[in-house]
Amino acid sequence: MSALLSVENLSKIYDVRDGAVTALEDVSFEVLKGEFLCVVGPSGCGKTTLLRCISGLLAPSGGVARLNGKVVTEPAESVGVVFQDYRGSLYPWMTVGDNVALPLKARRLSREAIRSRVSEALTSVGLVDVSSRRPYQLSGGMQQRVAIARAVAYRPAIMLMDEPFASVDAQTRIGLEDLIKDMCQNLAITVLFVTHDIDEAVYLGDRVVVLSASPTSVRQVVDVNLPRPRDQLRTKGLPEFTRIREVVYRLVRGQFDTDEAQNAQRS
Amino acid sequence: MKLSNLLDRPKLVIRSLELAAPAVLVTWWWFASQNSGSPFFPPLSEILSDFRQYWLGERLLSDLLPSLKRMLGGFLLASLLGSTVGLLLGLSASLRHILDPLVTFLRSIPAAALIPMAIVALGLGDTMKISVVAFVCVWPVLLNAMDAVDDRDPEMVATSCAYRIGRIRAFWHITLPGAAPRISSGMRTSLSLAIAVTLISEMVASTNGVGAFTIRAQRQFDSAAMWSAIILLGLLGYVLNLAYSALERLVLRWHFESKEVA
Repeated sequence: MSALLSVENLSKIYDVRDGAVTALEDVSFEVLKGEFLCVVGPSGCGKTTLLRCISGLLAPSGGVARLNGKVVTEPAESVGVVFQDYRGSLYPWMTVGDNVALPLKARRLSREAIRSRVSEALTSVGLVDVSSRRPYQLSGGMQQRVAIARAVAYRPAIMLMDEPFASVDAQTRIGLEDLIKDMCQNLAITVLFVTHDIDEAVYLGDRVVVLSASPTSVRQVVDVNLPRPRDQLRTKGLPEFTRIREVVYRLVRGQFDTDEAQNAQRS
Repeated sequence: MKLSNLLDRPKLVIRSLELAAPAVLVTWWWFASQNSGSPFFPPLSEILSDFRQYWLGERLLSDLLPSLKRMLGGFLLASLLGSTVGLLLGLSASLRHILDPLVTFLRSIPAAALIPMAIVALGLGDTMKISVVAFVCVWPVLLNAMDAVDDRDPEMVATSCAYRIGRIRAFWHITLPGAAPRISSGMRTSLSLAIAVTLISEMVASTNGVGAFTIRAQRQFDSAAMWSAIILLGLLGYVLNLAYSALERLVLRWHFESKEVA
């Protein structure tokens, strides 16, 4: 498989009042076409900054992100983004349908095409008959599904998700994990999924990129060879799941050096 | 029903007190002033009969209507100008920094100080009055619009960038509606300013309008007529505020509904 997105020596330094803060030191990894790649790291390691640089919302201080070989300098048409805070990213003055339709209108699609894409996308996230409701009339989990539908309707080559389930309760989170897992498999969407939740990363990902604490670089990329279709109970009960989770956990907590982790992964 | 039961229903109690308080005040005024011989505090009965004669009759078109025209003219002009300039200043941090001292200086000028200058520059007509009203009313709208854009949710902006909404579409569909609740509360402040400034401008330089009527009544020692104008202004402020709230609830329904949910 070829790399759809490659991140090459990306760094980001913020200028602050007295000096500079290095948010990302040197981050490199690739996202292959069709894969579900998770990125985890200790809190405060610059995950959101990384995603913003990749999506073209923020200019990196050094290095590049390439999408299909092309350097990302501004938000690309082939990228759909799902943010952590659905309250800020869905507009309460628009109906759910209009929220999903707005990016398509900006693309100047025909009215008919927009209508069918919106209803298709909402159906694919399991929301029907909410098109004319307002975001605030829905539960948190449903609002995040609307945000996902907006990304899906955009028909992106890659979907970037920034801790999308961090603001919903645990039960809802499980439902959303399975929804996104099945949906991306069915629609063959490539996903770069940033999370701080190790279980979530291992459960969803084909591979997990583990970031170090700030100043951030890639500690290790862990392969997740768990069979698909995955299931919350069965997959999480597999010894292999427990093993990979431990590897990732130790890497995140900085309890492993990289050689040890590689040995652990091989055994 | 026992009193204790009644007090268990605070909404009902508050509702009735809300209506009772002004009724008590008016009744007290009526009886206290009934036999008043004071030239400054005529009986309420006299004031109300003047009210009926003037404001439900001859003066409605000759004085109230011109006042309303100036007030609403200045208010609408200020709302349009204030929100446009405020939104633009909100979008550009550098423009905001450059114009900040100027804005602070201009908005500190009291309305009364402006009128003599405005008379010299614009004459005594409605243009002068509408301009003065607009000049005073523009600041609450402008500052609120500016702050609303400046404080908007960064996630909201990131979303519109990530999905390539485009500047013009983002302005109409995201920036403007997002700032609308704050703009509207600025406009509410301006509405009461508009009433005050219209009055002042009419007292200084006008032959008609409620302000001119009031000052003329005072000069002729016609206190009943003067009081009738004061009551009219109180009622006018009340009614305009009520109408404004109703309109606001209608236009910004999403804002009030989402607040209730949160």
